[in-house]
Amino acid sequence: MLSLFILIGIYSMVTIGLSLLMGYAGQISLGHAAFFGLGAYFTGVLTTSYQMSSWIALIVGVLVTGLLAFVIGIPILKLKEHFLAFATIGVNVIVFILLLGLTDITKGAAGLSGIPKLNLFGFVLQQELSFYYFIWGIVVLIVIVSLNIVHSHVGRVLRGIHDSEIATKSLGINVAKFKLHIFVLSAIFAAVAGSMYAHFMNFITPSTFHILVSIQFLVMVVVGGSQSIWGAIAGAFLMTMLGEWVKDYLPLLFDVSGEVEIIVYGLVLILVVMFMPKGLIPTGANLYERVKDKVRPVTRKEDVVVNENNHPAD
Amino acid sequence: MKTIILQINHLTKRFGGIVAVNDVSFTMNQGEILAVIGPNGAGKTTLFNMISSVLPSTSGEVWFLGEKLNGSPIHSLASIGITRTFQNLQIFDNMTVLENVMLGVHPQMKTNVFLAALRTKAVNKDDEMAKQLAEEALEKVGILDQADQIAGNLPYGLQKLLEIARAIVSKPKLVLLDEPMAGLNDGEAAKVADILLDMKQEGYSFLFVEHDMNTVMKIADKIVVIDFGNKIAEGTPDEIKKNQKVIAAYLGEEVL
Repeated sequence: MLSLFILIGIYSMVTIGLSLLMGYAGQISLGHAAFFGLGAYFTGVLTTSYQMSSWIALIVGVLVTGLLAFVIGIPILKLKEHFLAFATIGVNVIVFILLLGLTDITKGAAGLSGIPKLNLFGFVLQQELSFYYFIWGIVVLIVIVSLNIVHSHVGRVLRGIHDSEIATKSLGINVAKFKLHIFVLSAIFAAVAGSMYAHFMNFITPSTFHILVSIQFLVMVVVGGSQSIWGAIAGAFLMTMLGEWVKDYLPLLFDVSGEVEIIVYGLVLILVVMFMPKGLIPTGANLYERVKDKVRPVTRKEDVVVNENNHPAD
Repeated sequence: MKTIILQINHLTKRFGGIVAVNDVSFTMNQGEILAVIGPNGAGKTTLFNMISSVLPSTSGEVWFLGEKLNGSPIHSLASIGITRTFQNLQIFDNMTVLENVMLGVHPQMKTNVFLAALRTKAVNKDDEMAKQLAEEALEKVGILDQADQIAGNLPYGLQKLLEIARAIVSKPKLVLLDEPMAGLNDGEAAKVADILLDMKQEGYSFLFVEHDMNTVMKIADKIVVIDFGNKIAEGTPDEIKKNQKVIAAYLGEEVL
């Protein structure tokens, strides 16, 4: 159970970044598993083949991934909507093939094993519980940073880009710069998550960083509510738990094997998009407000108007 | 002697074989309201888009206070003092009215993603300044009482005022308005006209494209008339009213 919550924490780091990128700035990425993978493989390769410390491996992985996202982001963020989505899929494919193909460095499909536990200034996080606290500590930091961004002028800029790019530009805002910065930031979050994943699993294979994984991240963000930082965590939690549950119970009912949770992911995505396109957290917040309004004797009219339009929950 | 704020030199735009704007030149003085009018399809919007850097010109120049504008990126205009509104409203539907206007303060802010992430003191200070300026701008157009409404919920007339507030919040030297009266009823149009006249008193300069002749005649200091991409007349409202070419263009008569 604890290990499941560690995974949820790791996934949350990715989905929070995606929430900033997609929910706020309105830029779709179907390639974040690539950045997640780069973070993981930098840590994996540098700590095993080169015997470097976890910290140096983490920093190198984050810097290189961030730089790569910057270089890739300049041309591809000029694309809009599904064209951008396709381009990010392309990035994911390339990284996946490289992880698979550079067998001398990555050990290819056989996977990279023997990655050490995280060493926290000479204090090895052997216990799962201490690693669990460490992971959620990072998640809290990422949440604080993201909420700061969302509640600042930059948050307004991102939502402005989402609503009308031309109007945002005409107000003197360098839209390309802000898109790029938030893309790089979300890639950095994913790289940190990847590094932690490598330390946690001690063994990584390229299949963990396939496009399907990018889609899973996207599903998590959409299910939780893309315009909500809390939604990103809720989505990671729900989809991970659901995936585990399906893996355990579905084969008992039907004669199926393999990655059956993918089917359920697809189903949940369809249902959420059809019945609560804003995702769980904003829809839930909305419901709560409505109930509160009913309970309160005097219903203020302005409140209802604001709630119907669903201001981003956070 | 008045300062020339905007100078248009031989501006031309060709789309393939079609000449949308042909060799148009005029100047605009600081502190004035200049209207560009013309029948539908005359090339007003193309001209407007070239001045606001949305479209590159085929030839010709746009000068703003001694600075050549051709080819500047759209986002660089606001920081040198030019803002605009849009013909088919471009407000941020999902933000509050106040937040919409606060975004307009951007050129005065020093904020970036990384400072914002750490929520430095400068970021909070910037935010307070933005809020104060935004409230002043909303007060000026008379919709401060709507500040906390979601912008997408406002009636059309108020959304137009919101766009004007957003365009003036950074105290620009020149405001470009793309058909500010379009879609408004007479009462609302009169209100917009009053607001523009008030702001002119405070020293703002406006260039607007419009075909509501009543308002144009009432508030413009100078009118430029475009027909089939050519400038056919330029002058004060009284001069334009009497101009035979203008009458012909609008009524479709043969030019005598």
